[in-house]
Amino acid sequence: MNLDSANLQAVLSPAGPYAQSIAELSWVLFVGGTVIFLIVGVFLALASFGGPALRAHLGSRRFILAGGVAFPVVVLSALLVWTLGINRAVSLPLGLGSEPPLRIQMIGYQFWWEVRYPGTMPDGGVVTANEVRIPVGRDVVLEVTSADVIHSVWIPALNGKIDMIPGRWNTRPIRADRPGVLRGQCAEFCGAQHALMAFYVVAETPPAFEAWLNRQRLPAPPTADPVMAMGRAAFGAAGCGGCHKIRGTEWNGQIGPDLTHVGGRLSLAAGVLDNHRGTLAGWIAGAQDIKPGNRMPSFATALDGPELRAMAAWLESLK
Amino acid sequence: MSPQEDRHDPLSPSAPLPNPAPRPPGELEELERVWVRPKGWRMLSMVNNNWIGTIYIGMSLLIFVLAGSLALLMRAQLIVPNNDLIGYDLYNQLFTTHGTMMMFLFAVPVVEAFAVYLLPALLGARDLPFPRLGAFAFWAYAVGSLAFFSSIFFGIAPDGGWFIYPPLTSTRYSPGVNIDMWLLGIGFIEISAIAGAIEIIVGVFRTRAPGMTLARMPVLVWAFLVFAVMIVFAFPAVIWATILLELERAFDWPFYIVDRGGDPLLWQHLFWFFGHPEVYIIFLPAAGMVSMIIPTMVGKPLVGYGLVVVALVATGFLSFGLWVHHMYATGIPNLSLAFFSGASFAVSVPTGIQVFAWIATIATGKMRLEVPMLFILGFLFIFVLGGLTGVMVAIVPFDWQVHDTYFIVAHLHYVLIGGMVFPVFAGIYYWAPNASGKKMSHRLGCWAFWLLFIGINLTFFPMHISGLIGMPRRVYTYPEGMGLELWNLLSTIGAVVAAAGVAVVLFDLARNFRMGMSGGGNIWGAGTLEWLPQGNYAARSIPRIHSREPLWDDPDLADKVKEGRYFLPGSLTGRRETLVTSPTHAIPQFVAVIGSPGWAHLIAALGTAGFFLSLTFKLVWVAGAFGVVGFIAMLRWVWTGTDVGPLRPPADIGGGLRLPVYASGRDSLGWWAMLTLVLVDSAAFASLIFTHAFLWLVNGPAGWPPPGTSLPGLAWPLGAGLLVLAGAGLIWLSDRVLRQGRRRAMALLVLAALVVHLGGLVVDFGAIWAAGIRPTWHAFGASVFANLFWQGFHGAVLLIMAIYLAARSFAGRLDPVWRASFDNVRLFWSYCVVQALVGLALTHLFPRLAGGA
Repeated sequence: MNLDSANLQAVLSPAGPYAQSIAELSWVLFVGGTVIFLIVGVFLALASFGGPALRAHLGSRRFILAGGVAFPVVVLSALLVWTLGINRAVSLPLGLGSEPPLRIQMIGYQFWWEVRYPGTMPDGGVVTANEVRIPVGRDVVLEVTSADVIHSVWIPALNGKIDMIPGRWNTRPIRADRPGVLRGQCAEFCGAQHALMAFYVVAETPPAFEAWLNRQRLPAPPTADPVMAMGRAAFGAAGCGGCHKIRGTEWNGQIGPDLTHVGGRLSLAAGVLDNHRGTLAGWIAGAQDIKPGNRMPSFATALDGPELRAMAAWLESLK
Repeated sequence: MSPQEDRHDPLSPSAPLPNPAPRPPGELEELERVWVRPKGWRMLSMVNNNWIGTIYIGMSLLIFVLAGSLALLMRAQLIVPNNDLIGYDLYNQLFTTHGTMMMFLFAVPVVEAFAVYLLPALLGARDLPFPRLGAFAFWAYAVGSLAFFSSIFFGIAPDGGWFIYPPLTSTRYSPGVNIDMWLLGIGFIEISAIAGAIEIIVGVFRTRAPGMTLARMPVLVWAFLVFAVMIVFAFPAVIWATILLELERAFDWPFYIVDRGGDPLLWQHLFWFFGHPEVYIIFLPAAGMVSMIIPTMVGKPLVGYGLVVVALVATGFLSFGLWVHHMYATGIPNLSLAFFSGASFAVSVPTGIQVFAWIATIATGKMRLEVPMLFILGFLFIFVLGGLTGVMVAIVPFDWQVHDTYFIVAHLHYVLIGGMVFPVFAGIYYWAPNASGKKMSHRLGCWAFWLLFIGINLTFFPMHISGLIGMPRRVYTYPEGMGLELWNLLSTIGAVVAAAGVAVVLFDLARNFRMGMSGGGNIWGAGTLEWLPQGNYAARSIPRIHSREPLWDDPDLADKVKEGRYFLPGSLTGRRETLVTSPTHAIPQFVAVIGSPGWAHLIAALGTAGFFLSLTFKLVWVAGAFGVVGFIAMLRWVWTGTDVGPLRPPADIGGGLRLPVYASGRDSLGWWAMLTLVLVDSAAFASLIFTHAFLWLVNGPAGWPPPGTSLPGLAWPLGAGLLVLAGAGLIWLSDRVLRQGRRRAMALLVLAALVVHLGGLVVDFGAIWAAGIRPTWHAFGASVFANLFWQGFHGAVLLIMAIYLAARSFAGRLDPVWRASFDNVRLFWSYCVVQALVGLALTHLFPRLAGGA
């Protein structure tokens, strides 16, 4: 996928208050670290080339105690107190405004992300994949776990990472201050395609987010168009429904991503491909070539060209 | 003490030299004959620490080059985004093998190798206390690590990252043999690391030159000691974690499987309880080398010796309280994180002390910019930078951002290469003349230094940036357009430059290093004993020590040592010997006969390696054959090579000191080794207890044992405990009858004790089995059976020991005086009794008191 911005996934380009605090902390650390590094270097130079009187001072136990004990104890104690406050601040929702934080559940799979919005529908919630939509200016609490091995959710522009561990639910608050697209990636090695396990975060204005959520609540519409119908039929015939669920159809697979609104997502295959008809067809035909070792088979031999194009067209229409 | 009395104490500086000159004819020839190194193909049977140590260093450098070449392949793949040079499968094996080899097969072994080479010379000993054990550890390592490396050619190298977190590494997600390669291949090499640690601990405490009190030991000896003690307490945790994972993979015992009460975090706690100390295990001896080289290069003693020693010991202690800082992102509560963050800060204080002590020492003298000193200056630059990023990643919120990114890759390479590789290269340039009698090339050394210094910084500094702009570690590819291209390109160029630096060092070694013990003398003008003239027997006579830099105090010391004027200038028994002194004040106690060249330890090493490697491939019968061969070789080695008994009456070693040539009980070297082994064992058992406690916490009291489990009635464990205690009583009794000289009665009592002890274990097993508890159903059952497995394993060891004792008593090799074997077994037996009783309480009482039973 071609990215046009270099700052989608950067620690020092924060897009929200949590990452902002950590970025500020980082700059303090970098500047402070550089200063200490230079001081040690200056001492070393003075010890090597300084005058005899100065070197007599440097060559004493007192100098060791001052530089090796007193200095670090003072600096590090202050740093500890200060950073524990930041630690607390970035691990709990800020609780600003009257709205309670929005809960979003993320579940890691080899090698993609399921994203749930609990309580947004009568029988549970909206379920999507590889894309987290959030409203700007509202606290969001990510509740994360894993369905197989350990993964780690990392959205550097919003907050630090949190591991997805089977059997445990971990939480991490995030908040975006302005609309935009950010990138996240799996940070804990999770197997063959760990490198190709990314996702996008789309921060939208609250009305746009509500509108998106409303669209997500709808099931897949019936189709009358013959090409679309052919694509739908091919989807069934190829057995795609065994793994994928599409609400509003007979297919209720639980192994792969929910495809009810797959056409509305920014990427395919967990941040690997742009999402349009061509890449959809390419992914279905050659999932094992694009992302070898993932659990989706390549359907190049099972489907002929027209079927493949029709299926891609139908899936693309599921916005 | 009056000067008059002082003169009569042979250890006093004012006393005359212990032995007169000239020495009797034939004494030196006899010493040379005893210590001669086997030639030709028989060289394989050699055990001399100077030769084994040198080859050991060479072997670990080979591993360094091999593991480094894997890194070059990775850098080649990452030179541009979306590169398809190397596939994901090979790439995942490359970084796992690179990390595993560098950490387990290079960093720890190279330090042990330096200890094998240097320690006896630093202490004024003739050799390590257990030369065959040292050679065994080397051979096991050499065969095992080469076999491990070759797995990459067959596509079966491990591929789960060097800390192989389950559940990714469970059978379900990694069904192949790759992970078993890690578990068994690395697991058994850890045993060789422990063997080395035991050797170092006993050597430091018992084989120092007379008068070398603890406070007069060179800093490097302190560093080796702390290193070895840390191995004793840290390695058992990873060995235990490895055993559990292999039990899970092979027999489906669910320690790490959530659905059946296990927890993958158990692995992370156990692994990092080892893994964090491991970092300091690697760093401290390197720091010790720096504390040796700087004083020599500036011609002044280390400033703040006491502070530096305290810093080494403090680092050792603190490093066991930091493991969670590798787990900040696992969802551990903030309060615990605060504790571990503070502890991680605290460990930078002792490191700061050492850095400032080195600067202070430089200030006191005039620095010579020889190649070793160049590497030390490079070390200070790189290590201080890595230490500062270390403080950064100790801060929880900052770590949440950079954890598992290239920033960490940068940090860990800065501290490991800066803190370990540069001092080791300094050490090679510094001590190579000690072994080869010839300096390495100054010109080539300078080239090597600058190539390495520039290459390492060019490789790893950009990684800080690629991490901060979003590059996770362990990715075989990265997308274009994220700004990662330039930084990765620089890293790859830097890796090539650094590789060129390593190549220059190897070229220099090939040209200028010739192993020959002629010795170039004290080439740098150092103050410590390793620069005495050395033969295969180390120093001709063993000097008495009155300060930390004996060679600086007495310019004639080397000559007088060489003339044989000091202690033990020859061989008393016609066999290899070393002088044993008391643990704190180094007062001579006895002369110990130590191992000479042989084949049994070599065959035992090959058998052990073959056993574990064939087990990896589930070749049970082949493994069995190797196991039998290795076992028989070990028995022969122990039977013929240890506890040789009092060969002669006490003899004079000089200065009127008459010392025995045999010791048993708490004085003997073997007893100290056994005591250290018991510490290793109890550290492993502590991990077993932790496993129970942690899984109890995870499952909650009501889930431990899980509902529907019924424990056997308390009468069963009570009976089992009484049987184990009865065994202990019989052992006590066997000691009484042995003192009376009733050898046959002693043997029968030991065998009876064995039957009773094993009976206790069988009763426990039977009761648990009859109660319907099975290892595969739930983590509770798995933990209970892990306990049974551990006790049973010790029972098997006791079985061998008891039969061995009986055989020795019937063979006339065990009597009221000649009884070191008996004393050692008794010590181990006592430990097993305690362990069995605690084990019973863990299975039967703990769930009743703290759980839902």
